[in-house]
Amino acid sequence: MIDIQPILNGDRLALSRLLTQIENNTATGQAALADLFLHSGRAKLVGITGAPGTGKSSLVNQMAYLYRHPEDGSEPQKVAIVAVDPSSPFSGGAVLGDRIRMNSLSGDPGVFIRSMASRGSLGGLARSTAGVVQAFDSAGYETILIETVGAGQAEVDIAKLAHTTLVIEAPGLGDDIQAIKAGILEIADILVVNKADRPGLEQTERALKNMLQLAHPGRRVFQNLGYLEGENGSEENDQIWLPPIQRTIATEATGISELLTSIAAHQKYLKQTGDLARRERARLAAELDLMIESALVSRWREQLQDGAYAAVLEQLVSRKLSPQKAVQKLLGMEVGS
Amino acid sequence: MNQEKIRVIVAKPGLDGHDRGAKVVARALRDAGMEVIYTGLRQTPEMIAEAALQEDVHAVGLSVLSGAHMALVPRILELLKSNGQENVGIFIGGIIPDEDVPRLIEMGVKGVYGPGTSTDVIVKDIQTFARRLFAQ
Repeated sequence: MIDIQPILNGDRLALSRLLTQIENNTATGQAALADLFLHSGRAKLVGITGAPGTGKSSLVNQMAYLYRHPEDGSEPQKVAIVAVDPSSPFSGGAVLGDRIRMNSLSGDPGVFIRSMASRGSLGGLARSTAGVVQAFDSAGYETILIETVGAGQAEVDIAKLAHTTLVIEAPGLGDDIQAIKAGILEIADILVVNKADRPGLEQTERALKNMLQLAHPGRRVFQNLGYLEGENGSEENDQIWLPPIQRTIATEATGISELLTSIAAHQKYLKQTGDLARRERARLAAELDLMIESALVSRWREQLQDGAYAAVLEQLVSRKLSPQKAVQKLLGMEVGS
Repeated sequence: MNQEKIRVIVAKPGLDGHDRGAKVVARALRDAGMEVIYTGLRQTPEMIAEAALQEDVHAVGLSVLSGAHMALVPRILELLKSNGQENVGIFIGGIIPDEDVPRLIEMGVKGVYGPGTSTDVIVKDIQTFARRLFAQ
């Protein structure tokens, strides 16, 4: 058993060790997460995604720095950074290099950076990222910046986890057809064009603006199956959030302050419209479904007779049984005609 | 499913800017299935110890070519200890004079690797070390 009190009291080593347990999906890690859950739900979750090399890590570094050194002299927030990089599909190993860009945050006890390998997960996050985020939330980190794997087109898990999702673009990547494809651009609450000192800035901005104008965005909440449900303004409050396009140059800390202002505006919008509660509800429902699924599967496996699975699999391989019938057989359901 | 992974920091303390060796080792550890946190150049002992704490690593690999190892390594060991991470293994590669090797080992360094060392040797040593940690 893990005692959660030190974690709630801000013990960084205890927290770090818990994060490992969560990543390894151990029983003790899960038990501690269950205890910590009631202390969670206070943090602001900001997702940062975009193609490799667009400057996500540098941008996260600057954002965290500004949260720690607010220009208006307000109280700095405790910041956690969860940075995900891909695992090798061959060796299972990984080189996690996001910290390289985050040196200016070192020595600040109000910042905690954790690198995660994706460990085979394909949605841009690791399977345990949500658990790690919940642990940071419970431990009192007020802003949690979640940086995804360098994402191409369909890695949209981050939008289910984060309250505000930033999609980072850089000049010179793709044309206006890329911009109207489904997927990653759709999940942006804020579009960021980083490296704004590079040539091609205007074209990239124009393509993004056109994309936004082609659509009539409704209010969007992820449903359990991972689809966005669009609700078109029939609610009592039909304010619609139009994703702003922000220019930044992360290496020079240009545009970061404006970006944080946009994030704050989006969070305010989420609260006012009730979308925050709705997103939380959808996220927790999805998580609950996943946990029920895995619990049902392991319960079913426990009561399965030895060899039954192997026997059915054998019939399947020799084409004597269809996968559909195999499922029915294994689950002890009536085999229909 | 429970999956324990060996987590290692590869860092370059001190001021020399030659990180090819560190990258080769990082790549070899990755190919051996480890999760390697690569922190880059010019890391202070404080930065390395902080990263070790936040990343909950089993081992720290240091690449030192500048000759500053006898100043840097004791400081890193001391910081790890004061953070409660005396179990973390330190492995050093780079240009280390022969007479310093026994002194480093005595301080608690788990392995010292000079130029030309096969990465297989480093991988095996870290695996053996980590397996002992897991067993504890």
